[in-house]
Amino acid sequence: MTDWPILSTVTFLPLVGVLLLVFTRDDTDDGRQNVMIISLITTIITFLLSLLVWHNFDGTSADYQMVEQYYWLGKGISYHIGVDGLSVMFVVLATFLMPFGVLTSWKAITRHTREYMIAFLILEVLIVGVFVSMDLVLFYVFFEASLIPMFLIIGVWGGPRRIYASMKFFLYTLAGSIFMLVGILVMYAEVGTTSIPVLLAYQFSPEMQFWLFLAFFLSFAVKVPMWPFHTWLPDAHVEAPTAGSVDLAALLLKFGGYGFLRFSLPMFPLAADYFTPMILTLSVIAIIYASLVALMQSDIKKMIAYSSVAHMGYVTMAIFAVNQQGLHGAIFQMLSHGVISGALFLCVGIVYERTHTRNINDYGGLVHRMPKYALAFLVFTMANVGLPGTSAFVGEFLATVGVFRVSVWTAVFATTGVVLSASYMLWLYRRMIFGQAKSALMQGLVDISFREHCIVWPLIVVTIFFGIYPAPVFDASAATVDRIVTNYHAAIEAAATAVQAVK
Amino acid sequence: MTPELFYQSLQFALPEIVLAVGALAFLMMGVFIGDKSSQLISGLSIALLAVVGAWIMIAPGNGEAFGGAFIVDPFARFMKVAAIIGSIFALAMSAVQGKAMHLDKPEYPVLLVIATLGMLLLISANDLIAFYLGLELMSLSLYVVAAFNRDSLRSTEAGLKYFVLGALSSGMLLYGMSLVYGFTGNTGFQEIAAVLSSETRGLGLVFGLVFILAGACFKISAVPFHMWTPDVYEGAPTPVTAFFATGPKIAAMAILIRITSETFLPLISDWRQIIVFVAIASMLLGSFAAVGQKNIKRLMAYSSIGHMGYALVGLSAGSESGVSGVALYMLIYMIMSVGTFACIMSMRRPDGEYVEEVDELAGLFARKPFMAVVLTAQMFSMAGIPPLAGFFAKYYVFLAAVEAGLFTLAVIGFLTSVVAAYYYLRIVKLMWFDEPKGEFERTPGELRFIFGISGLFITAYVLYGGPIGSAADAAARSFF
Repeated sequence: MTDWPILSTVTFLPLVGVLLLVFTRDDTDDGRQNVMIISLITTIITFLLSLLVWHNFDGTSADYQMVEQYYWLGKGISYHIGVDGLSVMFVVLATFLMPFGVLTSWKAITRHTREYMIAFLILEVLIVGVFVSMDLVLFYVFFEASLIPMFLIIGVWGGPRRIYASMKFFLYTLAGSIFMLVGILVMYAEVGTTSIPVLLAYQFSPEMQFWLFLAFFLSFAVKVPMWPFHTWLPDAHVEAPTAGSVDLAALLLKFGGYGFLRFSLPMFPLAADYFTPMILTLSVIAIIYASLVALMQSDIKKMIAYSSVAHMGYVTMAIFAVNQQGLHGAIFQMLSHGVISGALFLCVGIVYERTHTRNINDYGGLVHRMPKYALAFLVFTMANVGLPGTSAFVGEFLATVGVFRVSVWTAVFATTGVVLSASYMLWLYRRMIFGQAKSALMQGLVDISFREHCIVWPLIVVTIFFGIYPAPVFDASAATVDRIVTNYHAAIEAAATAVQAVK
Repeated sequence: MTPELFYQSLQFALPEIVLAVGALAFLMMGVFIGDKSSQLISGLSIALLAVVGAWIMIAPGNGEAFGGAFIVDPFARFMKVAAIIGSIFALAMSAVQGKAMHLDKPEYPVLLVIATLGMLLLISANDLIAFYLGLELMSLSLYVVAAFNRDSLRSTEAGLKYFVLGALSSGMLLYGMSLVYGFTGNTGFQEIAAVLSSETRGLGLVFGLVFILAGACFKISAVPFHMWTPDVYEGAPTPVTAFFATGPKIAAMAILIRITSETFLPLISDWRQIIVFVAIASMLLGSFAAVGQKNIKRLMAYSSIGHMGYALVGLSAGSESGVSGVALYMLIYMIMSVGTFACIMSMRRPDGEYVEEVDELAGLFARKPFMAVVLTAQMFSMAGIPPLAGFFAKYYVFLAAVEAGLFTLAVIGFLTSVVAAYYYLRIVKLMWFDEPKGEFERTPGELRFIFGISGLFITAYVLYGGPIGSAADAAARSFF
């Protein structure tokens, strides 16, 4: 059992599904059904295997586990993967959400179904790959490669402005991550390897940290996205098909936060300390500004997209508080936001499939026609607001506590975000679900089907379970978080003493 | 020269000699059998090139021949094999579509083989005279094949333009060589290097260096010596364009590497600023000028200018990792070009008309999914998106630049690659997102095979990049 490369299996298993799909035909209804069944089975098996990874993971150790290392490019660049407390939960999150992506596409994707699912499964490989990479070049390969399937998913199967949105998405994120590549080259030239554990142990000079931090920051800030680098996100979210939006909001955005935790804090602590005030400010602006913008949207998906920007603001803010509460809050908030924003997009997908409109003003009175849907949507609305008992509350609470210990004013402004999110979400819920139907589109809607039950119920259970009992997540990440916080403050203090000594 | 030495020299150059004899034999066959022999000669030429390529790859022993004019080292071996692979693909493409493109004459494969011979001599040149002879052997054959479709106005115009500008660059090159000879008293590369490192350099020598660099930059179509590229690429028959984009570029880059990294290494501070400028100018022009192009062959011309800029980024480092990066870049770029041009040659309407407008690719994915997937991979690879081969090519040249402390160059290079990504994406967008414009004729199996191989190489490169990278490293160790 110990010799079996379980992480590689989890990462690359979807490729088996891709291979099967290549030999499937999708020009009939039955063929399309087969495509979906193959994809669903692949994603479910991958998820089950990732649960095994979680089960085998020892949360009391801060080290990388289930490590595999093979010769790859030579010269200090190897195929090196493993999980630690930061990444293990993201692997599980990624594989957990994929089956829902398949389920929601079941009827929605009728053109080039096979190619869609191939792109989708390849995207899963790349997403999981980002989280398990222990080599910087490998990380970058997965990180950037994820643009290709996402570009095609938005561009081929997206909405009316799909071309603009996909181009903007691709070029914006490419421009951001190019700077990270320069950073990677500089680090490689300095250290001679791109192995992340080695780089973590290496002490970069303060000046170098400054530039490297900026290079990585640009890349991750676009990905998160932080204000003012967020403008690609609403376009991409709105135009992407439902499953694409889910992947984008729930997983691709997490690359940014994960990158900050994995690279920026531990590798460039002095620079991180220097830039903390700027990042806290940007985060607070993101929370308030994005919430206000969300309030004024008439497109449901756009509203959820801006709400994502706001919620990711909590994450960046909490990460740069650099204390136990902050980091735990950030990690938990990312996971919880992954589930909740994914669920919200899936809920939008359910009604969009019936009505083909995303305009809030077209909706109304859904509770009369789709009571079960109204219930499910209520849970996720409340979760997005951060109601106690849902997972979002745990994350946002810890994040705010963490920030409060560092900067009271930041925390004060950030909490207004909770009020604002309650305003736009509840208002959205009232306009969509209650009242009277405002357009003919609302006639003859049927309530959610068995397939859609399969989508919403697991997500409801997860949202509430981790809202009440978040311990499993904290257990997994505690040791790693402790080490990041300890090393960070040790590095800052060492630098401060050095300055004292010079004086 | 004693008979023993001469015999030894022959051994080193035997693959090239066999190629030369073969080319002449094919020419005789063409003369006696007539036009109908063109397919046969193409096939034989491909076989001969494959044999010579394999021979060069496995032949042991490094050394100099003909009194130091001809050198065999790991670097020459690597570049030669790359150039020969490019020529084989170009020949195969011409054989497939030769009839429709009026290339089905026996002289055509013979000229390609002779051009390839010129490339091999150029790559192995270790002396200014040998350098010039190899270059002219290659170039003269290229001028002729550019104008090969003599009934086409555009083809003859392309050939003439190429010839006039090429002659100008040869003149500059010769002038530079004469200055270098005059100021060092030697034509051998090692001897010149020895003189340079022992004496203080004269201003005339720097002039000579500049002229030689200008001549070489003309051949690799780097800015500001790129003007011929778009017209020649557009005007020449597509298989010929594919040929231009592969072997000759590799050979010219190889000699540029050899003269900068070996002969003029002591003058690195002088030539580095030139190469840096040329690299930046090429990257900028290659990315910005391609945005507005409507003809896909013109677009590929600007794209190739940009790619030469990226390759020169590695050269400007003047280090072992830089040379290794450039060698790898040229190999990967050659394979990407082959695949892309094979796709371009498949853009044929059912009435037999070849189309070259980028817009004609609209909706290709619905019509020809396999070709669309391959061309998409090529475009993403050219844009430098991982996990495709083009990313690793860029990675190593920029790594060398960063190691040499050329940060500004690296940042400019990466930013232009984002601009370049835009026009590559535009092609992907056309193929996948837009509605189909018209039917395409069935692609011949041979072309599908060629772009399939190329697509496989660039997508699977991530799996076997290590050994190829090591081969490039071994090649680069010839110099440092």
